[in-house]
Parts: sequence; structure tokens; C-alpha cells
Amino acid sequence: MKLQLKIWRQEGKNTEGKLVDYTLENLNPHMSFLEMLDTLNEKLILSNDTPVEFDHDCREGICGQCGIMINGIAHGPLKNTTTCQLHLRSFKDGEIIIIEPFRSEAFPVKKDLKVDRSAFDRIISSGGFVSINTGQAPEALTIPITHEITEAAFDSAACIGCGACVATCKNGSAALFTSAKINHMVLLPQGKEERLSRVIDMVHQMDKELFGHCTNTEACEVECPQSISVLNIARMNYEYNRAHILKK
Amino acid sequence: MNLEAKIPEGSLEKKWENYKKNAKLVNPANRKKLDVIVIGTGLAGSSLAASLGEMGYNIKSFCFQDSPRRAHSVAAQGGVNAAKNYKNDGDSVYRMFVDTLKGGDFRAREANVYRMAECSLNLIDQAVAQGVPFGREYGGYLNNRSFGGVQVSRTFYSRGQTGQQLLLGSYQALMRQVGKKSVALYSRHEMLDLVVIEGKARGVIIRNLDTGQIERHAAHAVILATGGYGKIYYLSTLAMGCNGSAIWRAHKKGALMASPSWIQIHPTSLPQSGDYQSKLTLMSESLRNDGRIWVPSKENEQRSANEIPEQERDYYLERRYPAFGNLAPRDISSRAAKERIDAGFGIGPLKNAVYLDFAKAIKEQGIEKIKEKYGNLFDMYEKITGYNAYEVPMMISPSAHFSMGGLWVDYELMTTIPGLFALGEANFADHGANRLGANSLLQASVDGYFIAPYTIANYLSGDIHTGKISTDHIEFEKAEQEVRAQLHRFSNSKGDKTVDYYHKTLGKILYDYCGLVRNANGLKFAISEIRKLREEFHKYVHIPGTEATMNTEIEKAGRVADYLEIGELMCYDAITRNESCGAHFREEYQTTEGEAKRNDEEYQFISAWEWNNNEIPLLHKEPLSFEVIQPIVRSYK
Repeated sequence: MKLQLKIWRQEGKNTEGKLVDYTLENLNPHMSFLEMLDTLNEKLILSNDTPVEFDHDCREGICGQCGIMINGIAHGPLKNTTTCQLHLRSFKDGEIIIIEPFRSEAFPVKKDLKVDRSAFDRIISSGGFVSINTGQAPEALTIPITHEITEAAFDSAACIGCGACVATCKNGSAALFTSAKINHMVLLPQGKEERLSRVIDMVHQMDKELFGHCTNTEACEVECPQSISVLNIARMNYEYNRAHILKK
Repeated sequence: MNLEAKIPEGSLEKKWENYKKNAKLVNPANRKKLDVIVIGTGLAGSSLAASLGEMGYNIKSFCFQDSPRRAHSVAAQGGVNAAKNYKNDGDSVYRMFVDTLKGGDFRAREANVYRMAECSLNLIDQAVAQGVPFGREYGGYLNNRSFGGVQVSRTFYSRGQTGQQLLLGSYQALMRQVGKKSVALYSRHEMLDLVVIEGKARGVIIRNLDTGQIERHAAHAVILATGGYGKIYYLSTLAMGCNGSAIWRAHKKGALMASPSWIQIHPTSLPQSGDYQSKLTLMSESLRNDGRIWVPSKENEQRSANEIPEQERDYYLERRYPAFGNLAPRDISSRAAKERIDAGFGIGPLKNAVYLDFAKAIKEQGIEKIKEKYGNLFDMYEKITGYNAYEVPMMISPSAHFSMGGLWVDYELMTTIPGLFALGEANFADHGANRLGANSLLQASVDGYFIAPYTIANYLSGDIHTGKISTDHIEFEKAEQEVRAQLHRFSNSKGDKTVDYYHKTLGKILYDYCGLVRNANGLKFAISEIRKLREEFHKYVHIPGTEATMNTEIEKAGRVADYLEIGELMCYDAITRNESCGAHFREEYQTTEGEAKRNDEEYQFISAWEWNNNEIPLLHKEPLSFEVIQPIVRSYK
């Protein structure tokens, strides 16, 4: 099949970028989207051009490193899928595809399609953990947790930190990412001790990183590869207000 | 070269306890004076950096990914083993030790293997306390599943994302220390050389992958937790960035490489479908708990899977290995699949796969139960292939996966360079010639949380009066110049082929001659082919741009240059081991039934290789002795 690509090219953080046209022919519909970009880069390299920089690593949908806007949709048209798990069979022969980085004030572009998502690491660093040192753990069975609670905590913990929620949000909000970690921890007995400080610290860090406020449009859940529910955000808001009342 | 494993005194059960009893300590006030560099932030690297940070050492943690949470431990699906015996099915530390040693075909040290089984108990406690959501029964207690090569249920899991959840646990512990400033984190930084001063590892040369800048970092000890090099085959289950460069560059500075040819080819990955393909996605081995593996009993079968009646299917694992059936260990399952595919019974468009069928399990347990157990794996399968595995059997085939080989380390996980440690998949230590499923997350975790913190302290206790290590030392200067020279050579290489071309070609050579089956003639041929390819690579590779900016191609060039040397060493390793053991199957050494034939009299040792400036490498041997269990023929029949 044939595809006409319009790809965002940008030299560095402080330079201006633009969309550049490329055409690829004889593509196999079973090729993955990133393999299509590999094919393009192979062509660019051999014609003394500069290949397109894009982030990726595991290519099986779990590391969270890949992520681009495809025709304005984070990770492309297939629901609940990372960019690396998208295949050309999701596109029409001859289609024009616009490929851009995950845009947000808190995710500055490094080069082409690569953005800086270290703000997520700093949010986790501000409180997304149980404060337990190596060697302090009690025997695992002393903490029974029901099947239902574990599964609910897992649903939140499944976040892969790709940033699609931020990229798709009109406000560039990291509410889904942050609330998923808060909810993972608050559901489990292990996370209860730091319940009040965690939510306050993480929300403050999120604001400090220049992420916007939640828009309540629920676009984040729609484009999340792990289908993280927006109910996490509702719970975060509850926890945040609760913490403010109880902390005083 | 003296390969002293430094196994502690005492009976097997007492060795680790005795070690800890006698290990030297560093008092809390002195820890602040000691710097440690940890390369890699997978389970081994992040758990170690967090643990040492908690103890009060100054830690620098490096990873090439854009966040430590991306490290490839994240991709392990099925689970992590621990001898908790929560199922009351006769499990124990000793039983787990026996299974692991036997699974590794008696090519690992008893003391190491026992310690791993022993520490497995603590790991589950630690992970649960961190909030890792392991699967639970309705009563609230932890659940287990079984994995290949064992007859008990000792595998803890978080749906099909156990690696991700364990890694998030250690990543969060690491980020907590980053917040406390006991660990300095450097993402998108790649180690390009090790600095050895007066025989001791004292630092590294690092390239900032975002800016191209070269940096020097000094420390009292350097820890490599950089994972495996299975990506050398190009098509593998590994992440695109996985590489052997850190351990290889340390090897060229004097650290011996052990058993480099022992690479596990995983039986259940998705088959290759075209030349453009960049990786083979793994489907968790846990699927073999409920899936049945078969091929048609007729050659060149044209009918679709569901049209083939029961009596015309060959469940070859159940047929050949009735005791373990579909849960036979990985090396055996992979070879059995290759045997059927090579004999013309393969299925799929390229006839390169076998079926993994859930029809029986769905009929017996109901579709909901199967969804709960493997839902995300079935979804993943459908996304990649477009097929619904609840309705038609999965198509799977063997793919390069895990390197049992790696840097030689002693019982303290220290390499032959004092002060240089290797943890997790980067070392060779615990899995022998074949790793059992769900032991990889385990080894990485126990190395990082429970073993290295003691052994590194024991080493560092000798450094409390050393003072800061200066990066002005001539050895830093030399190493930096070498790194710069190599990058410069690459960026000036404007030939007519891409880095990927060479990587793919190397991968093909290794799959054909140093993969699931090997023979002496093939290996000889492979060595000469790899040499030729290496020469061509350095002459004709095309690297766009310069080294002074972000440049993915130059990163890849360095890794492939190393792979082109590692590949040759793998072949030397395979050709000098005239026996079959675990993943190393030499055609010349097999039973009449086609099973591996070990030669304990001549080959009961670990091959440890010394770099010899691109000449034939030098072989050193660490003999293995078995005091507790005697090597037996590994039978799963």
C-alpha cells in the first residue's frame, strides 16, 4: 500500500518546526506503524537525509516509551493501543497521515517526535510510592487483600506512563496519570499510612510541572492504551479535599 | 587467571548466612564518603540503587531510556518464582534449588542457585509491602500459577504484567531516593566505557544521548545491571534498545565473559511475518498452563486449524514428554517446535509456526476464566495479528530471548575486575545453561535488593580512606579519547548500508549457526562470516549526522559494532563445548531419541573468556563441583 506522510520535523527544543511531506510505497499492511517509520528512515539515511527521531523501545505496548499524535489522535486510530501496537491495516491505501509529537507545555519537544516526559518521573518522586526500605517488609500473607481490591488496584497500577492522556487533553492535564498512581496506593492497605501527604504532594508537583487542570472531557480515558478510568480523577479530587480537611 | 568463586564455608543452607555474618560493614557516617555508579534501571539496577541510597551511599543511576521505568524488566509477563509453598504442594527452598539447577542442566554453581531460591521468600514480602498487586484468591491470600520445568505452583503474578508491576515497585523506591537526593538520576545517558585505575573499576565514560555530550563520572565501585544481549539476533523478544555494550566494553577492559553462547530461545513468541519486521513479540509462557501445543500430523496441511479433526493433530510435547507435557522447559519446547517445523509440519503463511490452542481450556473452564487469566495477552495477540485467539488457536514460534551467559562473577557478584559488579541478566551466575520461566525477574530482584547491598558494602569497606576519585586521572583521559575517536569514526562513515542492515545480517548468521542447534562446521563458517561482516561494517556503514547532537543511528552503530564482536565470541564458546547442555544443543552430541547429551567428565565447567584484541579469545575454566545433588540426565519424559 501507499501512504503520504506529513511529519513534524524540529531540530531542537528552541527551534521552530514544520510538517514535511514524505511518500512511501509498496508497504505491507501487516507492518507495524513504527516499522513503517523504520522503513522511511532507512530510505532517508541512504539518500543522505536526516532520519526522523522518534521514541520507542519494547515495541510490545508495555514500556510506555513510544507515543506520537497520528491524525490528531494520541497513539492513532485504534482504541486502547500504543503506537507500537498499531499496524498499517488500520489505514487506507493512499491515506494522508499527519504525524506530530505529544504536545504539551510540560512535555517540551527534544527533537522531531521526541518529547521530554521527565515531569512524570518527578511526580512519582514527590510521593508515588510506599515509604518502605529494603528489608523492612513483613511476611506477605500478613497483609490479606481481597481479590476485588487487588484487581481494582491493578487497574490503576497498569498505567504505562506514556503521556497520551496529557497529549490528548486540551489543558495538557496530567490528572489521569497522577490519579492512577494515587488510587493504586490508596486502595491498598500498604499505601494507607501516607494517604494524606501523598495526594497533596503529588498534586502540587503536578501543578508545578505546568500541567493544566482536568477538562472533564474524558478524552484521556478514550485514548489511554491501558483504559485507565477517569473515575481515578474523581477519587483523586475526593482524596485531595479530604486530605486538606484532615491535615488541619 | 584465578577464577576463585569465593563460595563461603558451611553447609549449603548456611553459606549465605555465614557470608552475611562475616561480611565487612561500612558504618553510616562513612557511607556518605563512598560513591557508587549503577548502570541500568531494570529490576536489578533500580532495586540496588534504591537499597544503597536508603543505606546512605552516594549513588548515580544511569539509563539510556527516557525514564528508568522503561527498562526491559517491564516486559516480563508471566511471573516471579518464590518457594513460599502457599499452595501446600510440597514446595521448599531445597525443591526450588533442585528444579533450577536441573533446569539449568547442571551448569551453575550450587551455592548461587541455593541463595537465589532462599532469597525468593524475602522478595515476595518486599514487593507486597511496596504495593505490587499480585494476583489473589477470593479470600484475600496470594495466588500462584505453575510454569515450565516444575511440578509445583510457585509463580506469583500480576495478570500478564508481572514485570511491569515489580519494576514499578523498584522504580518507585528509586524515585523516592531521587527525591531525597541520595540518588542522582541520569536518564538518556549511555555508558560507553569503563575506567579502570590501578586494576580497580573507578568510573565510566558516558554519552548524553540528548545532546551528544561526553561526560566522565568517577566512583568507588561500578555496578553493571544492563540486562542481556539476546537482541544480537536482531529478531528477538527484547526491546529495540537492549544491548550488550556495557558488559562488552567492560570485557575489553579485562572482565571475563562466561558462557556467552548460552542464549535461551523462547518457545512462545509470535512468528516472523516479513522482512520489515523489527521484533518478535513474546506471548507469556504462562499460556502453556492452559494452552495445548500442536501441529497437523499431515505434512503441508492446507486446512485451517479448526477444520483439522482431533485425530489428525500431533500434540508433540504431550507425546514426547508425557510427565511435563505442554509445560516442558523452554529449551526442550523450542527444539521440539523447530524439529516439527523443519520436518515440514509448520503452520501459518511462512510455515514457521505451531499452534497454541485454548479450545479445551475454554470448554472446561469457561471463557470468562480464561479472559481473567490471560485477557491482556489475548488482546495483545489480536492487536498484532488481527486474529481472535478465543476462536482460533494462536500461532507461535521460537525466538531469541534471554542470555544465560554474561560477565563472569564470583559469589559476591564481582567480576574479574575488582570493584566492578554485574547483576541480573548481565551476569552469568544462576541459570546454568537454561533459565526456568519466572526466574529472571527473581534473579534480577534478589541480586539488587538482597545480595549486592551486602557484597558491595563488603568491598567498599576497604575504600573508606580512599577519598574522592578524581576524573582528571590519565585513565579517564585515555578512555574518553577512545570513546570520542570511535564516535568520530562512525560519524565520518558515509557508506551505502545502514546499521540495521548489518544487525539483521548478523542476526541471520547467528540464528542459522549459533541458535537452537549448532554444529562445528556451521560455527566455523559463522566465525568467518561474522569477521567479514565486521570488516564491511566498519568500511561501508552509513551514519547520518554528527556525534555532537542527538543521533539514534550513532547509538545503534556502537551497539552493533559490539554485537559483531560478541557474536564471534559466542561461536568460539559454542564450538569449544563438545557436548549438549540446556540451550546449547550441538547436533554431534545427542541421544538416538534426539535429546541433549551432556558430557560431565570433560565439560563440567564454566567457560570464561578473556579478550585478546580481536585475536582468538583465551579460555579459562571454572570447574563446577556438586556436593549436594549429583548431576543426572535431565529427563522430562
